[in-house]
Amino acid sequence: MLEKTNVKMLEKVVVRFSGDSGDGMQLVGNIFSNVSAGIGNQISTFPDYPAEVRAPQGTLSGVSGFQVSVGKGVHTPGDKADVLVSMNPAALKQNVKFLKEGGVAIVDIDCFKKSDLEKALFTTDDPYTEIGLKAQVVEVPMTSMVKAALADSGMDLKSITKCKNMFALGLVCWLFDRPLENAIKFIENKFAKKPAVAEANAKVIRAGYDYGNNIHASVSTYRIETDSIRPGVYTDVNGNTATAWGLVMAAEKANLPLFLGSYPITPATDVLHELAKRKDLGVKACQMEDEIAGICSAIGASFAGNLAATSTSGPGIALKGEAMGLAVMAELPLVIINVQRGGPSTGLPTKTEQTDLMQCLYGRNGESPLAVVAAASPTDCFEMAFEAARIAVEHMTPVILLTDGFIANGSSAWRIPEADEYPAIKPNFVKPEMLEQGWKPYKRDEETLVRYWAVPGTEGFMHRLGGLEKDYNTSAISTDPINHEKMVATRQEKVNKIANNIPAQQVQGNPDADTLLIGWGGTYGHLYTAVEELNAAGKPVAFAHFRYINPLPANTAEIIKKYKNVVVAELNNGQFADFLQAKFPMVNIKRINKVQGQPFLVQEVVEGLTKIMEG
Amino acid sequence: MEENKKYTNADFKSDQYVRWCPGCGDHAILAVLHKAMAEVGVAPHMTAVISGIGCSSRLPYYMNTYGFHTIHGRGGAIATGFKTANPKMTVWQVCGDGDGLAIGGNHFIHEVRRNVDLNVLLLNNKIYGLTKGQYSPTSDRGFVCKSAPYGTTEDPFIPAELVFGARGTFFARGIDVELKISQEVMVAAARHKGCSVVEMLQNCVIFNHGIHNFITDKENRADRTIHLVHGEKMIFGKEMNKGIVQDGFALKAVEIGKDGYTIDDVLVHDAHCQSNFLHQQLAMMDGHDLPLAIGVIRDVEAPVYDQEVEKQVAEVQGKKGYTCLRDMLLAGETWEVK
Repeated sequence: MLEKTNVKMLEKVVVRFSGDSGDGMQLVGNIFSNVSAGIGNQISTFPDYPAEVRAPQGTLSGVSGFQVSVGKGVHTPGDKADVLVSMNPAALKQNVKFLKEGGVAIVDIDCFKKSDLEKALFTTDDPYTEIGLKAQVVEVPMTSMVKAALADSGMDLKSITKCKNMFALGLVCWLFDRPLENAIKFIENKFAKKPAVAEANAKVIRAGYDYGNNIHASVSTYRIETDSIRPGVYTDVNGNTATAWGLVMAAEKANLPLFLGSYPITPATDVLHELAKRKDLGVKACQMEDEIAGICSAIGASFAGNLAATSTSGPGIALKGEAMGLAVMAELPLVIINVQRGGPSTGLPTKTEQTDLMQCLYGRNGESPLAVVAAASPTDCFEMAFEAARIAVEHMTPVILLTDGFIANGSSAWRIPEADEYPAIKPNFVKPEMLEQGWKPYKRDEETLVRYWAVPGTEGFMHRLGGLEKDYNTSAISTDPINHEKMVATRQEKVNKIANNIPAQQVQGNPDADTLLIGWGGTYGHLYTAVEELNAAGKPVAFAHFRYINPLPANTAEIIKKYKNVVVAELNNGQFADFLQAKFPMVNIKRINKVQGQPFLVQEVVEGLTKIMEG
Repeated sequence: MEENKKYTNADFKSDQYVRWCPGCGDHAILAVLHKAMAEVGVAPHMTAVISGIGCSSRLPYYMNTYGFHTIHGRGGAIATGFKTANPKMTVWQVCGDGDGLAIGGNHFIHEVRRNVDLNVLLLNNKIYGLTKGQYSPTSDRGFVCKSAPYGTTEDPFIPAELVFGARGTFFARGIDVELKISQEVMVAAARHKGCSVVEMLQNCVIFNHGIHNFITDKENRADRTIHLVHGEKMIFGKEMNKGIVQDGFALKAVEIGKDGYTIDDVLVHDAHCQSNFLHQQLAMMDGHDLPLAIGVIRDVEAPVYDQEVEKQVAEVQGKKGYTCLRDMLLAGETWEVK
């Protein structure tokens, strides 16, 4: 085994890979995460890539980053990196703010020539001082080492240079004592059809690893603790894939075919990609002609008796508004996935925000209530996609599932659930005897107010649905004023009653504290870590993270009224805080907000809360 | 499909009061549709009628089938999802010229392009009726109405051109006053596998009364229309003495026995020809130099979207060794924690 000097034992470390968007940083980051997960580390990843597919090489706008935290007690990709890998000056310049003071910056010094510095708009020939870098810099001649390693490969220069990222991977694997074989196995699988490419990449990974080994004297290396996690079979999953799988699980548990109508949009498209692959499980995923056709085809599929879903991001939600109203009016089950991104308009397509909450709660004409749930982490996307589908089918209502760019693209290790771990979903189908009992399309279960589902093809139950208001008793078109008010109230009450069919809100942290931190959706990891830090520092904080937004869990009022300080932290200008304030006017709700297209830093939450608690 | 059982018009009629204006062409089209459905013989519970918004889109309420009156322009997308999700159902879509070709134009061309097995009834009255008299995408240039008091300054769509532009496999035309031919084209549409578009020329008695009179007027109808039947000579006229012949790259109406034209020169209609070149020429005839074509103009076979989806699902499923999510996941990249 290797002998290492300056070995640091760490609970967790954060590594950030950065380079041109064509440099393969996402791939390298993914391999590093998977290799780490495979040896029992918890992982949390954060791909941070530009909107441009390929901006000019070496420029600031083309920088792509991938941050991963590995180790024990990992709930976020980490505020700042212990190690930053930068393949060029632009990457270093853009990412220096994500590197801890005293961390390690590894750069490809072959790409730090005068012309490279100019492309990244450096004005001096001392880039480190110019950007105020306070880190241990390891200058590695990556490009020339790769050229040397592949000199006999017969590959052209362009193909050789493309393997640079693997050199960085090898080096980082050495630095963190990752088993090289697993990384190489991953490469062999990825390039199974191109053995020459696989071989070249493997060779370069080894060269990077050996290089680290040979120069180790000057760098600290790390050993990372593994966590004791629940036994089971694990796989690595990002939020979008988990969302797709959650729907597949729900379809199995409801015994319904799964249909997705969708239209490509960043950062939601991977839901479509994954479900398109799942034709192998009978899923019909249709790429439609536009966002409206995406949801409309799903509504058609729902009327036809499928579990139907549509996936999009904020701009798509705007386009789908009228159709959502139709699903509200027709009282058909439908899952609408909104992978939130920075807005308004095209906004920041590849960045994360929580700015669509109000749009999803209220952004339709008329009194148009529907259920809204939100996933807390990449793996929770599975859980909440399942829940969204369960609520939709059991309550005959559209349900919006809110995720965001951060958890959709971030990944974690995920235990594959056992076959019986999830409950059966029970559609409220019509029963043959109802025909004699005066069945009508909008006849409801008295307790839940859920109407009965008559799937086309069922004899005797032919009926017409539509967007026009219907009579409460006869289900015929009605413009009667009193009837309309009754139907409006009934649709609202039906959604309110979902609260009886969802879990109670949990309180984490120190429930006896004076201060309650409230969060929702994809900020869970950061808020949880901040709460842990504060409690460990002797500043007691209770923490309620909401995944069921509309309706709220039945015990919400009871929780909120208990605390002196109620603080909502969210990545918008206070939308959930406003929602809660309107519902609980007696509570003075305080706020921590950030709208930068980036997740919270744990430190920002700690500081924000401390200020409120001391103020 | 249950085709053995015999149905009557009444089996497809709902108990709802029909709210169209007295004299509206939609009444006749509804009655013909009931008849056509009875003739086709698919059970009411295996039939769905889906519409958008507009006068014509009220039609599903008058059918004793499964029905969905949706939102403006989106009938095509909803019908596409419905049929793909549940291919055993026979699906009809009803739209108007505004619903289908303006706000729903995108869905219209894409359902035709995909060749989804739908029977699309496009009720063309060249006007917005429900919103009380604005011009539609099929209104002629210069048409004067409330939203164009000085006449429109734009050219119309010709529905058939859109269908052919989207590589449609079926196009037929009927008129609300030609009940027998209308029934014939609806039955043919139902029997065609793929997206069948039937343009029904329909009269709006309130806002655009007589818009099709040049064609439909009893006095001239026989001379200004031609009933196309696959395998039959293209003959028309009060005396049935006129025919359509090919004249270079164009079509021409001639009198048989005059100017050296004989019955042998008259074209025989081939609705099943894969090339749509002549179909398009026929569909563009407008009743002036050449008679307006009614009947089935094009009816060809091509892969059907919903069936292809089913086929692909079956193929892919057949190749894999798993049938549920958990087994699929266990077959992928995993590691075990003990």
